[in-house]
Amino acid sequence: MTGHLPLESVDRGDAVIELRDVVKEYPGSPPVRALDGVSMRIDRGQLVAMVGPSGSGKSTMLNVMGALDRPSSGQVLVEGRDIATLGDAALSAVRGRAIGFVFQHFHLIDGQRALDNVADGLLYRGIGLAERRERAAVALDQVGLGHRGGHRPGALSGGERQRVAIARAIVGSPSIVLADEPTGNLDTATGQAVLALLEELNDQGSTIVVITHDLAISKRLPRCISLRDGAIVGDRMPESAGVGVGS
Amino acid sequence: MRFADVVRTGTLGIRGRPGRATLTALGIAIGIGAMVAVVGISASSRADLLADLDRLGTGLLKVSAGQTVFGKDSKLPTSAPGMIRRVGPVQAAGSTTGVDASVRRSDRMPESETGGISVLASEPQLRDVLDARMAHGRFLDAAVGRFPVVVLGSVAAERLGISSIEGSPAVWLGNRWFTVIGILEPIELAPDIDRSALIGYDEAESVFGTSRSASSIWVRAEETRASAVRSVLARTANPESPDQVTVSRPSDALAAKATADTALTSLMLGLGAVALVVGGIGVANVMVISVLERRSEIGLRRALGATRSHIRAQFVVEAAALASLGGVAGVALGAVVTAAYAAHQGWRVAVPASALAAGIAGALLLGAVAGLYPAARAARLAPADAVRPS
Ligand SMILES: Nc1ncnc2c1ncn2[C@@H]1O[C@H](COP(=O)(O)OP(=O)(O)OP(=O)(O)O)[C@@H](O)[C@H]1O
Ligand SMILES: [Mg+2]
Repeated sequence: MTGHLPLESVDRGDAVIELRDVVKEYPGSPPVRALDGVSMRIDRGQLVAMVGPSGSGKSTMLNVMGALDRPSSGQVLVEGRDIATLGDAALSAVRGRAIGFVFQHFHLIDGQRALDNVADGLLYRGIGLAERRERAAVALDQVGLGHRGGHRPGALSGGERQRVAIARAIVGSPSIVLADEPTGNLDTATGQAVLALLEELNDQGSTIVVITHDLAISKRLPRCISLRDGAIVGDRMPESAGVGVGS
Repeated sequence: MRFADVVRTGTLGIRGRPGRATLTALGIAIGIGAMVAVVGISASSRADLLADLDRLGTGLLKVSAGQTVFGKDSKLPTSAPGMIRRVGPVQAAGSTTGVDASVRRSDRMPESETGGISVLASEPQLRDVLDARMAHGRFLDAAVGRFPVVVLGSVAAERLGISSIEGSPAVWLGNRWFTVIGILEPIELAPDIDRSALIGYDEAESVFGTSRSASSIWVRAEETRASAVRSVLARTANPESPDQVTVSRPSDALAAKATADTALTSLMLGLGAVALVVGGIGVANVMVISVLERRSEIGLRRALGATRSHIRAQFVVEAAALASLGGVAGVALGAVVTAAYAAHQGWRVAVPASALAAGIAGALLLGAVAGLYPAARAARLAPADAVRPS
């Protein structure tokens, strides 16, 4: 299923996430097939845009990739491990260690200051409070908010909140950052700044997948996966003229 | 996840909504407060009774002539006081005999208005036996035996309207004036003496023809041997018919009061328990709402690596912390109520430490139980559903 990948990136050891013939069906009458046999892989160091019309299955795919959800059938491999074999505790550990999530609505906890929101990225990993805060301060510096750590999320602008959320996603140095419309709640200029931040993090080595509705953004990114009706209909590879077509 | 983090995370919701937390904890506080106050007040009252008992001693015994087999009031033999004084551990004994006369403020008052005061002939020793203090004047002694003088118990003096012996007040006793030479302080173990007017045996015999044989003999025994003395008193007082003699220990009534749990105490404890259960349901209710409101927080935590147990623990701890808050406030409330009530009654404050500890521990436990169901709901949320914008 991965034969369409350019040879130079076919290094199986470098796949962070791999989906093999993944189907996700939501129960109901009639049942909704949100993912319809998707196969693809994300390699270490990539910056990937994911686009598609509303309801095409982007969020579903991101949740499945991030082990927030299990597929109805098919395989999801995170760092080579099939998540179907993992129980709740092990699956949660995969999310906590390997994945950093960024959401459209930030999902910051209002009752605590920005620094502690970022430190929460390490909360479930058995690290002491002092070290969590130390590393959170570094991550806040990385997103350019080192001086705002003491403020509550309510005192920050939308763009700043999203940068705090990004700091929380990267504080644990995950294998991959999954962002579901991180610019969806921001104006164009602020969205551009957030994207620039993601590009910068990618330059420093982070692997990132971004769902976006913004064509300007998707064009800018080196790789772009297009979804429609739960299937990959386009996969523009970096430095590659050809457009691979998924199953 | 470390314990400190579990607590920190579990109390985040409370710190974020202090107003709601206060109102929720109030129900628990009232329940715990009521129970602690009930326990504290009854413990204080018991401590006070025991302190009284300690002060008054348990060495006082009362020998009373009972009734004959024919139902007539019997008298103790005239030899009885002497015989009793000869018993080893008996320190003192003093007899009294009812006098068939009434006492009034003046001869112009109708004879029927006795005010419930009885007239007793009394031996001078009675004062020592009862350890009675004089509020005014002096007690009967050998020197006054043949004069028309009277000593009044505290209640008797009050009812007769005599508050001091200034100007030698007199009362109309039987058919003549008796001069009041002394007024007794209240005697806690002998309330019947409080309501009596005491005159000498000589005077009682010569004026009213009162018999020399005692109707009651008060006995002061060594405290440690009071029980032994008690068991021989009936036979000593009336060797011929000991079954017609009643021997009592006035301090027993006090001791019985100290150990009795009144029905009111149980009722109040029950009401406190009801308030507590209602408070617990309140906590559960608020926690269910909190779980609904914080769906996206739960989703976020799952995305950050929280397991189902982490989420469950967070909400159980939150409920327990909420209830403990109420528990601490309730214990403080109960202690304050106890202190105020005890101060009002003139008791010493005795709130058992175990009641305080139990109050807080009980609230904690109740909260944890109340949090189980909401926590289970929170843990059951599918992570993908929880992060989806609603
Ligand atoms: N929990 C669910 N139960 C039932 N159907 C669902 C559920 N979640 C998503 N769906 C359906 O699955 C399909 C894909 O949804 P998904 O959220 O992945 O789309 P999306 O590409 O992220 O859309 P958008 O751009 O609007 O966010 C949609 O038809 C949606 O209605
Ligand atoms: Mg979506």
